[in-house]
Amino acid sequence: MSDHTIRFRLNGEEREVRVPATARLIDLVRDICGLTGTKEGCSVGVCGACSVLVDGELLSGCLVPALFVDGASVTTVEGIATGTLTPLQEAFITEGGFQCGICTPGQIVAATALLCAHPRPTDDLISEWMMGNLCRCTGYHGIVRAIKKAARA
Amino acid sequence: MSYEWHDAATWSEALALLERHADDATVVAGSTAFTLLYRQGLIRPGHVVALRRISDAARIDADAHGGLSIGAMATHSAVASSERVRRSWPELADAVSTVATIRVRNQATLGGSVAHADPASDAPVMLAALAAQAVVVSGSGATKRRVPVDEIFVDTFTTSLAPTELIHSIEVPARPAGARAVYRKFTLRSVDDYATVSVGALADLGGGTVNALRVFLGGVGPTPMRARSVERALIGGPADGRRFAEAAALARDEVDPIDDARGSADYKREMARVWTERALRSLVEIS
Repeated sequence: MSDHTIRFRLNGEEREVRVPATARLIDLVRDICGLTGTKEGCSVGVCGACSVLVDGELLSGCLVPALFVDGASVTTVEGIATGTLTPLQEAFITEGGFQCGICTPGQIVAATALLCAHPRPTDDLISEWMMGNLCRCTGYHGIVRAIKKAARA
Repeated sequence: MSYEWHDAATWSEALALLERHADDATVVAGSTAFTLLYRQGLIRPGHVVALRRISDAARIDADAHGGLSIGAMATHSAVASSERVRRSWPELADAVSTVATIRVRNQATLGGSVAHADPASDAPVMLAALAAQAVVVSGSGATKRRVPVDEIFVDTFTTSLAPTELIHSIEVPARPAGARAVYRKFTLRSVDDYATVSVGALADLGGGTVNALRVFLGGVGPTPMRARSVERALIGGPADGRRFAEAAALARDEVDPIDDARGSADYKREMARVWTERALRSLVEIS
């Protein structure tokens, strides 16, 4: 059994916390740091609800050991907007990019990573990046419209 | 239940930890497989030896013979986007790009994929087809041996490596002049799934003759399966579609699939034939 002290940045804020070796990144952000925007869906890295950025890279919070982010910079859905909503978040609202909302944090984080890597993504790139973020309401058209609108903004 | 987590800073430190805890240690690279196996209760190690702090373990370099040397800790995304890989073996970059989703490719490593020995994984099949070798370290880290990747896989999730050995890097030979390679993956339900069957092939078709050919299949046996009868039937003869179709039928008897959610064993045998033929035909279409 081992507990470890890790230091990392969470949405721009320095954190120093004790974590058990078995904790996952999603346990760290939700249970230890209290940021519950990141959702746990499938728990096996398939559904994308727990999408987070670690040093800008899109990862599954349910697959990454919490210890992996020692020294890293973590961005969750709470850290996407800085004061006002981003054009992408606004577009999710105006284009109806969500229905029940459970997948939305993951969709926003994944789409933010997409637009960061490809500010003007092709349809193929949107599919490639977003196919791992499942929407059980099947509201995919609104999500894709929102991404395209944000890319034009 | 929990484990003691060790962040090894060097290969020799990791190897020393494995020597000390050999029967009770699990090696963690990207941790995609480890997290799942642990949480499902399928493994309960007392010690975890994590390799992520080892410097240069993710380097992608040229090896001494003009081939690629890919550090075991290089992620699938890093391999897929590497200019060096794209220049010499774009088919390898394409093959690792078929793995799951971007999130998984950002986390899962090439060395981990080989060491995990999941017969439905993509990288092992293509690496075997390309005659890649694993550089395996043991002892203090100075002892190195090279193992052909296809000789690492002995059964599902089982390798020929000793518990006190680690995959340091993967070497892919320099691209021979005129080499053609292809990776075809067939998924039944969604494209981020594991393969029902996948085919990796490497060929020299110079002068319209099959001068050399390697064919490996994934998802249809306990390891990546080499289709030797297909290779033997074609090598030395003309590279034409009719012969490819006949030879591909031999793949049915080279594989050893099981019934599961990705198809019945019979169906997978048939898909092994179909996708072997498609892979072979696409070798000809590549100019």
